[in-house]
Amino acid sequence: MNFTRRETMAMAVGAALTSFLPFRANAAVVDDLIAEFTGGAEMGEEGVTLTAPEIAENGNTVPIEVSAPGASAILILAAGNPTPPVAEFKFGPLAGSQTASTRIRLAGTQDVIAIAQLGDGSFARTSKTIKVTIGGCGG
Amino acid sequence: MISRRDFMQVSMAASALVGASGFGNWSRLAAQQRLTQDQLLQFDSFGNVSLIHITDIHAQLKPVYFREPEINIGVGPNRGEVPHVTGADFRKMYGIEDGSPAAYALTYNDFSALAAEYGRIGGLDRIATVVNAIRAERPDALLLDGGDTWHGSYTCHHTAGQDMVNVMNGLKPDAMTFHWEFTLGSDRVKDIVAGLPFAALGQNIFDAEWDEPAEAFAPYQFFERGGVKIAVIGQAFPYMPIANPGWMFPEYSFGIRDAHMQQMVDEVRGQGAELVVLLSHNGFDVDKKMAGIVSGIDVILTGHTHDALPEPVLVGETILIASGSNGKFVSRVDLDVRDGRMMGFRHKLIPVFADVIAPDPAMTALVDEQRAPFQAELSEVIGTAGALLYRRGNFNGSWDDVICDALLSERDAEIALSPGVRWGPSILPGQDITREDIWGVTAMSYPNAYRTEMTGEFLKVVMEDVADNLFNPDPFYQQGGDMVRVGGMGYRIDVTKPQGDRISEMTLLSSGEAIDPARNYVVAGWASVNEGTEGPPIWDVVESHIRKQGTVSPTENTSVTVAGA
Repeated sequence: MNFTRRETMAMAVGAALTSFLPFRANAAVVDDLIAEFTGGAEMGEEGVTLTAPEIAENGNTVPIEVSAPGASAILILAAGNPTPPVAEFKFGPLAGSQTASTRIRLAGTQDVIAIAQLGDGSFARTSKTIKVTIGGCGG
Repeated sequence: MISRRDFMQVSMAASALVGASGFGNWSRLAAQQRLTQDQLLQFDSFGNVSLIHITDIHAQLKPVYFREPEINIGVGPNRGEVPHVTGADFRKMYGIEDGSPAAYALTYNDFSALAAEYGRIGGLDRIATVVNAIRAERPDALLLDGGDTWHGSYTCHHTAGQDMVNVMNGLKPDAMTFHWEFTLGSDRVKDIVAGLPFAALGQNIFDAEWDEPAEAFAPYQFFERGGVKIAVIGQAFPYMPIANPGWMFPEYSFGIRDAHMQQMVDEVRGQGAELVVLLSHNGFDVDKKMAGIVSGIDVILTGHTHDALPEPVLVGETILIASGSNGKFVSRVDLDVRDGRMMGFRHKLIPVFADVIAPDPAMTALVDEQRAPFQAELSEVIGTAGALLYRRGNFNGSWDDVICDALLSERDAEIALSPGVRWGPSILPGQDITREDIWGVTAMSYPNAYRTEMTGEFLKVVMEDVADNLFNPDPFYQQGGDMVRVGGMGYRIDVTKPQGDRISEMTLLSSGEAIDPARNYVVAGWASVNEGTEGPPIWDVVESHIRKQGTVSPTENTSVTVAGA
């Protein structure tokens, strides 16, 4: 198949375009992943914190940190990525702290979700919207 | 901390004191044409600590004209709240008479006529007089610079900020924070900061690789003034690598980092701070939100969004001060700090009327020394303004209309994009436009005027993206500039809609046809954050255009329809 120069240019712009569109979460996939982690248990709001920038400086490497004192495991999902699972951190009984930090790649503006299994076996959920933007024009 | 009962008393005293501090008074006196330096500087010293705040000077060494915005829309919780109040509503809110010097300094109406009457404003030598007068009363007053200081003029660009560094060193600030300074490039910033005789602060300036606080910038600095242990915490502009070219300072990461801010406040309180001052370049709405999240800050000296407010805004137990831009204003805040807490304050936003406040001769000499090597280039007349040229406003300004016209004609484009920055002085109708004036609205380290093709669909994405940076209802997701200025294309915007739904009715003005998502359009613009952008510097494009026109007379711009304001 042959592409003209003009078509190729248009495709390049189109490709750039898709990376800036806000990504809609694939709700069913995310719900299934959460249900698998929690076994369908109710989730509270207290006990897990997610630290992340409001606007990503670089969507390809976004620093995030999760913390849940006493937790045995923390699941991180990027709800709008083509593959939402990011990481599952497990903490053994001798862990000094239940905190983990990593860098993640985001396909576009979306919610990042953290769910922790706390020391008493219950689950806590938090999320944060991280914006991925073209940039420019700051005054 | 201060008890609720005490703070109520403080608030009541403060609102009475603001009236007594002379703001209402001088507007009446001035209406009678009897404005004097003594009246502008009149201030009954209060308490035991004085703060002097200046911010967003944008390298304006000499007095300028600067018109405040007509359109400044607040969204979400800030709809209709200061600083999103302009014109007659603003004057009514603060009891300012039409046609008074305060009306001229703080609102946009009748700007050309009032400018002819009241003259230019600002100038570092006048600012020096104000600072010296305050220090004569309060020798240990803290002078705090909110940043955007080493950027924005011909001389600043050609000396890589050295002119401003030299002059500000003459003014002897105690601390500073940052934004456009980083567009000098990180090597240059590190060089200058290493030699600064005052504190370079930013609790949110991090090492990008390790995500740890950067070594060259302290989060805070302690001062002992008036027997009070004061902590000044710095907050640089949070979105520098996004709003400006991150490739120019790749070692650094920023962000709002409100949790780290709380840690810093707790840390300085733990070390005995009796007064915590935040020297911020967050922008007003971001600071307002932060004041509600982070506890223990007494005073936030705001910056970045260029707002000037004649009274502090109270959020809980925190007072927010907004001191304008381009050297127009100096804020003085006197505080009564006793028993480890702020018991009261008195505040005055001092407008720096250049014809009323005498220049400080030593500072005039220092300023002129910086400018002398460039005098011939600065003063060359390129053309004449046929109408008032100004920039501020959410959607367009007549200076930007001239710049967009220049891009369309000089770069042979269908559509022009010009960044929605808030710096850049105004030019009165009939006034000569010099090279210095052109640089006043274009000077930057990434000035290349690109020419490229974009599909209608991509243009829409760009417009939506910028609109969300301005109109996201959560201030922490805003970047603080204005909407991108557009030439050759009209559009409708509903500021209340979410991203993707705000922009509609995009129309190519030359044909009157709707923008076709699938068609390619030739677009010229400048200030791209992408590395390797090619094209002539924008000041050459604008100079060439104005030379050909002789007189530039932009007419009223009706290409943007705004809904939901």
